[in-house]
Amino acid sequence: MIELTVNGIKRSVDVVPEMPLLWVLRDELGITSAKYGCGVAQCGACTVHIDGKAVRSCQAHIGEVAGKSIVTLEGIDKKEQHPVVQAWIEHQVPQCGYCQTGQIMQAISLLTKISKPTDEQINQVMSGNLCRCGTYPRIRAAIHAAAAKKMAEK
Amino acid sequence: MGHIQDLSRRAFVFGSAAMAGGIAFGFYSGAEAAAPTASDNPLTAGLGPNSVTFNPWVEISPDKITLIAQHADIGQGVGSVQPIMIAEEMDLDPGQFEVRFAGPSPAYFNTGFKEELAPFLASDQSPAAEAGRAAALEGLRKSGMQMTGGSSTIPDTYEKLRKAGAVARETLKAAAAKRSGVAVADIRTRSGHVILPDGKKFPYVELAADAAKIPPVLDAQTRDPATWRLIGKPMMRLDVRAKVLGELKFGIDMKMEGMLYASVKLNPNKGQPMKSYDAGKAQSMPGVKKILEINNGVAVIATNSWYAMRAADAIRCEWAPSVYPAEQADHWKVLQSSFKPEFLGKEWRKIGDVEAGLKTGTRIEAEYRAPYVAHQPLEPLNGIGLVTDKGMEIWVGHQSPQFVQYVAATAIGLKPEQVTFHNQWTGGSFGHRLEYENVRVLAEIANQMKGTPIKLVFSREEDFLQDIPRQIALARYSGSIDKGKIVAADLQLASTAPFKGLLERSGAPSKDPDPQLAAGLWNVYYDIPNFRATTYEAQGLSPSTTWRSVGASTGGFFTESFIDELIHAAGLDPMKARIEMCAVPHYRKLLETVAEMSDWKGPLGNGRGRGVAFVESFGTPVAEVVEVTKTDRGIRIDRVWAAVDVGKVIDPVNFENQVQGGIVWGLGHAINCELTYAKGAVQQTNYNHHEAMRIYQCPVIEVRGLENDPKVRGVGEPPVPPAAPALANAIFAATGLRIREMPFNKFVDFV
Ligand code: FES
Ligand code: FES
Repeated sequence: MIELTVNGIKRSVDVVPEMPLLWVLRDELGITSAKYGCGVAQCGACTVHIDGKAVRSCQAHIGEVAGKSIVTLEGIDKKEQHPVVQAWIEHQVPQCGYCQTGQIMQAISLLTKISKPTDEQINQVMSGNLCRCGTYPRIRAAIHAAAAKKMAEK
Repeated sequence: MGHIQDLSRRAFVFGSAAMAGGIAFGFYSGAEAAAPTASDNPLTAGLGPNSVTFNPWVEISPDKITLIAQHADIGQGVGSVQPIMIAEEMDLDPGQFEVRFAGPSPAYFNTGFKEELAPFLASDQSPAAEAGRAAALEGLRKSGMQMTGGSSTIPDTYEKLRKAGAVARETLKAAAAKRSGVAVADIRTRSGHVILPDGKKFPYVELAADAAKIPPVLDAQTRDPATWRLIGKPMMRLDVRAKVLGELKFGIDMKMEGMLYASVKLNPNKGQPMKSYDAGKAQSMPGVKKILEINNGVAVIATNSWYAMRAADAIRCEWAPSVYPAEQADHWKVLQSSFKPEFLGKEWRKIGDVEAGLKTGTRIEAEYRAPYVAHQPLEPLNGIGLVTDKGMEIWVGHQSPQFVQYVAATAIGLKPEQVTFHNQWTGGSFGHRLEYENVRVLAEIANQMKGTPIKLVFSREEDFLQDIPRQIALARYSGSIDKGKIVAADLQLASTAPFKGLLERSGAPSKDPDPQLAAGLWNVYYDIPNFRATTYEAQGLSPSTTWRSVGASTGGFFTESFIDELIHAAGLDPMKARIEMCAVPHYRKLLETVAEMSDWKGPLGNGRGRGVAFVESFGTPVAEVVEVTKTDRGIRIDRVWAAVDVGKVIDPVNFENQVQGGIVWGLGHAINCELTYAKGAVQQTNYNHHEAMRIYQCPVIEVRGLENDPKVRGVGEPPVPPAAPALANAIFAATGLRIREMPFNKFVDFV
């Protein structure tokens, strides 16, 4: 049995330690906001936060991250009021939506590091997150809007 | 015109003769008694007590209102816009109803395909063209075919869903009139309620039982567009919130009591069986429950998807070789030798005297190429299947419900009606969810695991390997210019046939020329006095299928690049020349609009360049301008302007998102994507080999929707085809390099 804490709740799973966190979340714990897209760190659909950092959960072995704080989109504090979530809704970013939970987790992490990112900084941080539907113009706009919202809140 | 040949109990064909030498297809119809019952309401059977259904799209029970989305939502937003059109007429607000995807039924036959199936140019509104479309509509009605695709959702549903809503509204009013004794004329509806003159309100749900007892008011009138509350106004897509919060369940997120997980390893030589396998290592891997042999490979049943995938990966298989050439170079050779009478698809259009025209003035010749490309929506293929003694239930996101029944049933010896299909939200398709690899395989696995729900998830690598790609195509074009004018264009194309391939795999093969190969080839609206468009269908190559915008994705690139070559050779401005040559006034308006949006004033200089392209596909004309800069490290795509005419923009926000997404799709795959075969399998097995566009390459995209077209058109695909040629034309303007083959990164770098 491996013990872990996801979204502040203690869980335990009976799996091999090399199993990726992504699949533990999805198949063992029923937490589905993290998506399987590529399995090889090429798409970002599986992005979650581990100890506050955006991480590709398809690359994180459960045995190695079990003791850390794991947060998925489900566990984002006051999610509905979060400026990134709000901006994403206002800009109607999603098309199919499959990449968007990963995009949002990456964007939240970007804005905690850089409060007012430039387009160039957005490119650097967000380019690991593929969107096959091509919502990039709206992702960019939503990140700028979220940054402005965060500023206004302060 | 208009007679339909009944070839078998299940197949209907538009006879070529009946269609003025046009396009003939075989269509499978899922239900045995499709034709006679096409108007029957499939909702009646499942109706609870005190509930009512007025038509196949509206159902009201004492506790909720359910609106049915007959077209599959593959990210294009139709899970929202379909119910919105009903809600408009029913005076419902978002939040007052639930949305459910339709099951298979001929009642949901797609009327929208009539535009694409009748062999007339989209701009042709003549009586003959309209008669041809009417004949096509009757064929579709008889076939009962329910399919999402060809950017047809809005053309199909714009009238019928508003009508469905109006019938529901008027019948609820009639029920309220009967209950209260008030005249219908004095009764109003608002926000989910029927309102009497004295202000008394009945929620619709309260009237369900009464409404069920009276006949539906079939002659109900739809509202004057001037009174619309929702349609045409910026609106919030109904699925946005759930998708942003991560609450929406896609097919891959579904779970079932007692479910086991499956993954597969299939012969990458598409369509061929497995010879033998060695699962010695996989057998004892963690979580593995069972290893099953299926038709073209092996499946692992395990306690979660990852265990299943990992074990499948560890199985060694020996495959039967491909029937198509094992190596990519030979695919191109086959195309090169396909420009022969025995491979003729069709001469689609001939104007003037092409031979004489080509001998006039300066002759230009060029060969163009477009490779196989993968669909690879971000959600990999998956599905849940349960086979019992009674039949099969399948939960999968798919664009063709009846064909899912047919394919699953055929795989395991059932009748189509024994397969119950539950459509799911899908994480993209781009044509992938029109194919059946996951459906067939899931049926086989679930059949060997009777009584246990099986969740199949393809690994990304398997999904790439089994992806039936976009057609591969090679164009040989010649043209001539004289005295500053294009005097002739002879467009010849050899390609694999995507739509015919899809029909065949759907159990409805057609012998007629693939109309998708004519897309972007015959529907050229420039005034060229001598013009010919001919297609050849290459045989014996990889299967291919519909990929977002289908034939126009390759044909549009070839034609609009070649027109650009001719224009430059004639010493003309690419924008002005197109505007002058464009023979359809409201299409010309689109070119004028992008010229104005981009402030087109001729060459930019300083390593910057702009290209323009115009393509009509699926009836929707689109003009785009792309601007690039040549930097030290490669080409940067700076900006794109697009003008699109869909006749009526239903949801302006989603419209813009679709156009932007289509452009990103068109540009991204043009710059860096191809599938190539080696030893019978594609060499690209994940996104690092087939990347398309990432955000750092995404230009600013400005979109304008015009509403001059006489018909209401779709927008899911038409923004794609002009993107690649506009980019190639821009690169030429910036660098002098004419790129005649996709992907462009074979010739230039992109930053
Ligand atoms: S699934 Fe982890 S990066 Fe793609
Ligand atoms: S919204 Fe579909 S992949 Fe991004």
